[in-house]
This record gives sequence, C-alpha cells and structure tokens, in this order.
Amino acid sequence: MRELTYAKALREALIEEMERDPNILLLGEDIGVYGGVFKVTEGLLARFGPERVIETPISEAGFVSAAVGLAMTGKHPMAELMFMDFAYVAADSIFNQAAKMRYMSGGRAQVPLTIRTQQGGGRGNAAQHSQSLETFFTHIPGLKVVLPSTPYDAKGLLKSALRDPNPVMFIEHKLLYNTKGLVPDGEYTVPLGKADVKRSGTDATVVTWSRTVLHALEAADLAAADGIDVEVIDLRCTVPLDIDTVVESVKKTGRLVVAHEAHRRLGVGAEIAALVQELAFDYLDAPVERVGALDIPTPYSKPLEDEALPDAAKIVQAIKRVTYSET
Amino acid sequence: MTLSSADLRRMYRTMLLIRRFEEQAVAFFLSGELRGSLHPCIGQEATAVGAVFPLRRDDYLTCTYRGHGQAIAKGLDPKEGMAELLGRRTGCSQGKGGSMHYTDLSVGLLGENAIVGAGAPIAVGAALRAKLDKTGQVAMSVFGDGAINQAALLESLNLAAAWQAPVVFFCENNLYSEMTPISAMIGTTTLAERAAGFGWTTMTVDGYDPIAVYQTTMEAVEHARNGGGPVFIEAMTYRLFGHMVGDTEPYRTKEEVAEWRARDPITAFPQRLIDEFGFTPNEIAEIEAEVAAEMEEISRFALQSPWPDVSEIGEHVFA
Repeated sequence: MRELTYAKALREALIEEMERDPNILLLGEDIGVYGGVFKVTEGLLARFGPERVIETPISEAGFVSAAVGLAMTGKHPMAELMFMDFAYVAADSIFNQAAKMRYMSGGRAQVPLTIRTQQGGGRGNAAQHSQSLETFFTHIPGLKVVLPSTPYDAKGLLKSALRDPNPVMFIEHKLLYNTKGLVPDGEYTVPLGKADVKRSGTDATVVTWSRTVLHALEAADLAAADGIDVEVIDLRCTVPLDIDTVVESVKKTGRLVVAHEAHRRLGVGAEIAALVQELAFDYLDAPVERVGALDIPTPYSKPLEDEALPDAAKIVQAIKRVTYSET
Repeated sequence: MTLSSADLRRMYRTMLLIRRFEEQAVAFFLSGELRGSLHPCIGQEATAVGAVFPLRRDDYLTCTYRGHGQAIAKGLDPKEGMAELLGRRTGCSQGKGGSMHYTDLSVGLLGENAIVGAGAPIAVGAALRAKLDKTGQVAMSVFGDGAINQAALLESLNLAAAWQAPVVFFCENNLYSEMTPISAMIGTTTLAERAAGFGWTTMTVDGYDPIAVYQTTMEAVEHARNGGGPVFIEAMTYRLFGHMVGDTEPYRTKEEVAEWRARDPITAFPQRLIDEFGFTPNEIAEIEAEVAAEMEEISRFALQSPWPDVSEIGEHVFA
C-alpha cells in the first residue's frame, strides 16, 4: 500500500489499462502535452503516443460522437469532458447516441465508451463550471454512472469502467484530485454497482457519494460526539444502484439521510427515498431526510456558494432530525 | 471506372427493389400496419445506390431516417428491414428500433439516425478507427441538406479535416430541409462550399444520374481510402414523395414535382440501359419480375413473422 492522490490513482488506472488493452485510447481537450487541466493524463502522450492520446478541438459534440463511432467499430475510447458542464454541449452524443445505440439496434451494436469528467462546486467557479449532473445520466437508461470518493475507489472503479462493454459516465470531483488515500501496489478492481460502507454505525444511515462522502464522514464524527452512531454508505455508482446495501442498513438503523451535492429537487436522493419507503417502510422510524444543493444556479461569492452547497454541518442537522435529537 | 453489364443490372435491380420496398412501406403505414413516422426515399434511389455501391462490404456507413435505400444497398436483408417496420421479432432490431434505426454491423451499417446530423461524427470516429488500425476501410455518412446546419455535423467537418480521416460525406440535397427550402436556411449558394471552408475536397453531382453518382463517389472513396483526406459530395436530388407520410406539401408546387418526376430515375435509368448499354426490354422486364417476386416474399415474411415477446423488453439496454 502507498499513499496516492486521487489524481495519481486515476492516472495509474489509465496507464495500467492502456498497457493491458491496446484498443483503449483517450480523446479530449488539452489531455496531451498539457496533461489535462487536473493533470490526470500527464505524461501519457509521451508514453503512448498521439494515436492513443488524441488531443481534440473544443468540440464536445463532435468528439464524443466520434468516440461512439470508435467504440462501435472495435476501440474502447475514453473521452474526457474537461468540465461536467460541457456535457450539455455533447448531450445528443451521450443521451441519444451512446446510451440508446445498443437498444435501438436490438443488440447488434455495442458502445464500450468511458466518458471521464469532473464536477462539483466549492472553488468559486460559478454556475457554468460547478454543476453536479449525475441525476441526468442516472435518469436516462443505457448509461452506467460512477462517482468515486477515494483514491482507492477511483483507481479500481476506473479500471472496471475501462473493461465494461457499455457507456460509462465516470464522474470525478474537482476538489478530490488532491486528496490522498491508500492504494494497493498490485492489481485490483472495484466492481461497478457495489456500494461501500465507509463507516459502520447503528443509529442512523447516511447514503452519499463523491465528495459528499467526506462531508458525511466528518458529520459522523461530529454526531458521535453527541452520542449518535452513524453509518456512512458510499454508493459509488448511481447506475447500477446498490439499493440492497442501503436497505440492509436502514433495517438496522431505522433512519436515513441521503446527501449529495447535486440539486435537492428531483436529485438521486429523491429516488433513494422513494425506493426505501417501498422496500423498507416498516423499518423506518423517521421520515427520510435529503441534503442537497439549493435549487439555484451555483453562486460565485464564497458566503453564497457555502450556503448553496451541502457540508458536514448540514448533514449533522439532518442526522439530528432523523434521530429526533436536539439541534 | 467502367461499369459492367452485371454491375448496371445490379444497380437497377437494387434501385427498383428500394422503390418497391418504400412503396410497400407506405402501403403498410396507410393500412395501419406500420406505426410512428416513415420518411420514404422515393425519388432518391439513384443516390442511395450510386453512393453506397462504391463501398466495400466492410466499409462503414451512417445515414438518417431516410436511409432504407442506403441500408439495403449496403447489404441489410430487406426481409429483416420490412419485419422491423412491422415491429416484428425477426426485424433487424428485433422490433426495438423501427424505421429510423436500421443497424447491422455485419454489413458495416452503423445505423440510421433520427437526429439528422448525428451520424456524421460517428462516421468520423469509425474512419479514425480505420486509420489508426490501418485497415484500409473508409466510412461514409449520408445525410440530407437539412443536416448541414446541425452543430455536431459542422464539428465533425472540422474533426475529420484535423484528423485527415478517411471519410466521405454524401449530402443528398433534395432542396428541402424537412418542409422548408434549404436556400432560405443558408448563406451560401452551395452546401459543398461550406465543407471546402473546413479544408475538405468537394465534389458535386447530378443525383438523378446513378452512373454519375457511382463514378463521382468511387473517385471520392478511393481518394479517402488512399490517404487523401475527407471528401464531401453534394448530390442534387429530389423527393418524389413528401418528407414523411402525411406531409401536405404546401412548400412546393405540383409543377416542380412534375418536372422532377419526368426525370424519375426508376423510369429513366432502364430506358438508358436499353438506349445506351444494349439491354433488351426483355431483360428489363425480367428484372422487374424478379423484384416483384422478391417483394412478395419480403412482405410475406414480415407479415408472418412473430411479434417480440414482452419478456424481451429489458434486453439490450446493457451489454
């Protein structure tokens, strides 16, 4: 085991998978000489050459669809969207092309395509560079959706994504790249669609993913000081959705908070709340709480952005509400 | 590039099969057997066959919802095509795609597309794959004049030029962007000059002359295959049917339609085969009889095919 940053763990996954499978190639803006704006692809151009690390124009609709064409004809492309917000530019390529091609063709086409991108706020990037959009990709059938929170998960999940025969939205968080964690020296993968209990507890369950896992773990520590023992489940993927792990936890704790950085309104938290009331209604001792971003465009100014986004304190408040504790 | 008698026979036979196939599809639509929307390529058979015949079986093709003709010319089994229109289990998409999503990788068909410009960048990706793996394949995207204004298509013009991808864009300019004259929707006189602005080699051709279309496209395909970079072909053609079944056609005159109908390739081409290439009227009649028999078999197959079982509904979302 070594300590690696999230960015370096992702880079290792790319290198190992590109060495394993010659059909994997990367496309994206500034991913070559510059190494990507978060340096995840640093040095890969020199290592694998311009035929496998393909720098593209600022042309998201074009190069994501070109990646669909590459995928349909035998390659396994990894297209990088520099910011999640640019996915709207490539919306047709993702939702109408990649996600539906296999179904529309009755199984005759296959699209092994990984789209890597990063999302989230907290850095003052304002409304067009801070969004968390996993809800869209979760809603439209045909895409797998991965949101790693730790360097270990980032590497293992990216390796799985690059071995998956389907389109995968691999969603990183811009404020996780410099976080550190232990990563094994040898080969390993993390399966898509398996949640991870990041902390076990008995009094309340917090289901979360991506950077909000870090807030939830901090919230769990704060709640522990008040005698509340919180279980934190990192969903890791919203498709496939490991609802079994959530339900199992709720049967133990009887109380559920869902926390994510995406907008609260119609967020994945709403889906999880609905599923849990369908599957474990009799086990719930309090209404399910949802913590998410305010339903406004992400503001620029720090006090405004802090107010808009979830944090540990907001999750603690939700934990106290579901446990009927003093707030 | 001289076409042999056998080539010419095969071209006419395929054009006629496409015409009869589309007429039968319209009939099925009107009798309620076919659902959704249907965009027949009636009148555009010379471009369908002339553009696709120069391709190898393993070359890639994308097209739009007006792509039944190109799909059949590429090698899609018309029985599977018709069964798909009727929503049957034996259809090329097992009833999950319908008229606008014919796809068959076994003949290089990467799909019709219901988003008119969307096939273009997919074809560029397929061409890039061929270039990277040095397979000698080319990719072609066929689309109409209306698609030329979609962003993804314009982005793909730049990508293909930047990558020098072995790709041919074949634009069927039938004068109408769905139900609006294309001339009112662009600021240039031709569509080809827009591709030229991106650094493409461009060609124009009379889309009602199947031999000219074939020869022009063959030249373009060989240019791309030999590393010459992308080629854009603008073929002037015309729909002899509406944009889709149900089109009331207020945007064009009966006189204009009649003028083009007088040049209908389905009647003009066999006459030319007799006049210029020594075919006998008997040979033409024989082709027509063959096509009629094949169409009967196609329709019978489609009508007698089973419906998909509802238990299959969730298959093919993921591999």
